Amino acid sequence: MTLLGQFALWTAFLLGLWCAVVGFSGRWRGRPDLTQSVTRAVYGICAALLVAAACLWKALLTHDFSVEYVWAYTSRNLPTYYVLSAFWAGQKGSLLFWALVLSIFATAAQALSSRRHAALLPYVAAATSSVVAFFVSVMLFAANPFERLAFTPLDGRGLNPQLQNVGMTIHPPMLYLGYISITIPFAFAIAALLSRRLDTGWIHAIRKWTIVSWMFLSIGITLGMWWAYVELGWGGYWAWDPVENASLLPWLTMTAFLHSVMIQEKRGMLKRWNLGLIVGTFMLSIFGTFITRSGVIASVHSFTQSNVGYFFLAFLILAGAFGFTLLHTRWHLLEPEARLESMVSREAAFLFNNLLFVGIAFSVLWGTLFPILSELVRGTKITVGPPFFNRVNVPLGLMLLALTGIGPLIAWRRASASNLRRQFTMPLATGAIVGAGLFVAGMRDGYALIAFALAGFVAGTVAQEFFRGIRARRRIHGDPLPRAVIRLVGRNRRRYGGYIVHVGILIYCVGFAGMAFKREREATLKPGESVELRSPYGHTYRFTHVGISQYQALNRIVSAATVQVARDGKAEGVMTSEKRQHFTVENGEKVPSFEPSTEVAIRSGLREDLYIVFAGPVNGTEEAVYRFTINPLVWWIWYGGLVLVLGGIITMWPGDGHPAPAARRTPATYGTALAGAAEPS
Amino acid sequence: MSGRETLDRRGFLAAIAGVAGAAAAGALSAQAPGTLPGSGPAGSLGDPTAAGRPQAPTTPRDDDARIQAIEKRLRCTCGCTLDVYTCRTTDFSCTYSPQLHREVLQLRDSGMTAQQIVDAFVKRYGEQALMAPEPHGFNLAGYLVPGTLVTVAAGAMLWILGRRSRRHDAAETLPSAPAVDATPEELARLRQALAESDA
Repeated sequence: MTLLGQFALWTAFLLGLWCAVVGFSGRWRGRPDLTQSVTRAVYGICAALLVAAACLWKALLTHDFSVEYVWAYTSRNLPTYYVLSAFWAGQKGSLLFWALVLSIFATAAQALSSRRHAALLPYVAAATSSVVAFFVSVMLFAANPFERLAFTPLDGRGLNPQLQNVGMTIHPPMLYLGYISITIPFAFAIAALLSRRLDTGWIHAIRKWTIVSWMFLSIGITLGMWWAYVELGWGGYWAWDPVENASLLPWLTMTAFLHSVMIQEKRGMLKRWNLGLIVGTFMLSIFGTFITRSGVIASVHSFTQSNVGYFFLAFLILAGAFGFTLLHTRWHLLEPEARLESMVSREAAFLFNNLLFVGIAFSVLWGTLFPILSELVRGTKITVGPPFFNRVNVPLGLMLLALTGIGPLIAWRRASASNLRRQFTMPLATGAIVGAGLFVAGMRDGYALIAFALAGFVAGTVAQEFFRGIRARRRIHGDPLPRAVIRLVGRNRRRYGGYIVHVGILIYCVGFAGMAFKREREATLKPGESVELRSPYGHTYRFTHVGISQYQALNRIVSAATVQVARDGKAEGVMTSEKRQHFTVENGEKVPSFEPSTEVAIRSGLREDLYIVFAGPVNGTEEAVYRFTINPLVWWIWYGGLVLVLGGIITMWPGDGHPAPAARRTPATYGTALAGAAEPS
Repeated sequence: MSGRETLDRRGFLAAIAGVAGAAAAGALSAQAPGTLPGSGPAGSLGDPTAAGRPQAPTTPRDDDARIQAIEKRLRCTCGCTLDVYTCRTTDFSCTYSPQLHREVLQLRDSGMTAQQIVDAFVKRYGEQALMAPEPHGFNLAGYLVPGTLVTVAAGAMLWILGRRSRRHDAAETLPSAPAVDATPEELARLRQALAESDA
């Protein structure tokens, strides 16, 4: 099977080269046979990589430990679903996974794109195939997943226990899907630049791809936070680690693009900026891959250090140079069709929103690379950790949250004073009431207070938009409330889906702000001993250590420490945190395969999470060291993610829900837009 | 039965009841949670090595907010990228962070302030012992560049937008004057007529 896998990789590589050369050269123009050959090459690459992936999965499932990758990431006692997910657990397998998914997306882009964009598709094929060929070349020349060992071991090393978590079976693929799908908008942008078809055609072609990409990135980042929270045991979910930052960077620029592209669609402005954002987003996705795989910056999430980093650095430079040079050569073709008319307009709000998104992206990138810069300039190694990122980014993030509420309230082109008064009164009042209420209730953390007040303001904005839309529908059509809501959202999916995304974002922000009120303490307890911890809401939790039990489960020995929980004297059941010692079996003996890992006990609620970590026993007895933490509002982050995804799905739902292009063009004021929203179908 | 104490039936039953009662009381005191003060010996684990690295009992100082605040400014040297406090309360296999924690406690005991402890760590382990660089010298660039760029860009945008906005306003008002083919006197008469009709 490894031979077949190798053959498939070479086939994909050669087809990718062919497609790139023919596609970029433009020789297919006027040659239907060559055009067809480029398209078929894309399908061929996908088929070849499917064969390669099948070969690797077969090797994993049959425990073929003669394959180095299978030996390094699995063992005979590893549950099957983790054997399957080991496909992307290591450097080599994840490269194959990346190439495979990209080839599937490239095939979908060829097969599903409207014939209106036929002139772009050979260029798109060339761009996607170049990227696939690059990834396959990294595998062939530096990190081959089919590399064989000189002998066949009886068992493998097993999978890192921290990767044996359901979050890790889903989180990496989701993040990869986000990273990878960015290639399709990038390919369309390159195709538009090469073909000089720089009208809004390419924007329409990639609209759903960008939302898909953004959604996968959002899901991947949220699942990554969830995994870090439930698996790593430090009680947080975001540590501003370089690899975490690398996933955030393309998300920020992609979100900026999703806003600024609306200005191009409605007003024919920001064409250069949008192309720059797409090229930049693609480069940031490759930069993230470079950071994760090169070992150039220390990170707990990195793959093993290897020489593939040089490949990615070279590709990053080449892709950037190619993309931005191409953009420069077409600069004169990208003149705006209109000019900004007023500082108090939705266009201006979107511009400031873009400035903040890109500003935050820059500050995250700057902080991530600053240790390297410092070493270059001063020769001194430094660390740039959470205190730096929080100090720099929290104020920018709060401004962005404010703009989330401001943007939808301002009319396109120019807002009048009466319009602003009518629009802002209710949301501002909501924000002020929330802020004042929390201050009176005793909240004194400045940033948290501002965040909650701004969340109230954004919630007020969205509620007002829905209220007015529903009221208009009910007045005009006499719809009952549920039908009015469904029809309002259904007929304006992009607009109201976007508002639901904003609700998701504000729920995230509430969750983030909640962490300012975290409570924790350590304690060493003998069976029967208790410790108390007061929650930020004034409740007193009492944790009583029951004991430690040990038992064997599948591929590990479990030491389970159990705690009785009572709140304000009322029993609330038990919680169990575990230490797991994974093992492999050699000559009938259990051999520990990794350091013991920790399984956190979490009880999640709307208001707070109880988070208990069993640190270890004292002197080999049942006396246990614990860390007890109360994390307020963490639940909101995970459910904010769900709301955000729901909004994304509504926005990209296929069909004719959004207004026709003619109707979309330049609604003069908010009132016009609302009237459009309420029009009968 | 001379020379031996005799035990009547009542005494025998009382003795049995006493022994049984004492045994039951003993058993209950071992089981009932209310009588588990935590002062007795804790049971031994079957396989202590499987339960992670042995831990030293924590002391109230481990929970001292001032100690934690210092440790959150210091980076663990094990390569985990976490601060000392987070590492020692998370990565229980790490041998570095407990040692660094003890160093912090020792320095505190010697009467040092928080800043002096942090400075002592920088002196001993270099600047990378800090979780974030001190904001002076070249490090200031790290803190100031992003905010400065955003501020400058925002200022430039405001200036450009303001200029365009004014130019657009002027362009909108200029054509309106010649669009009405009337002299100022005629316009004044028109305004007066309109005002009279409104009244």
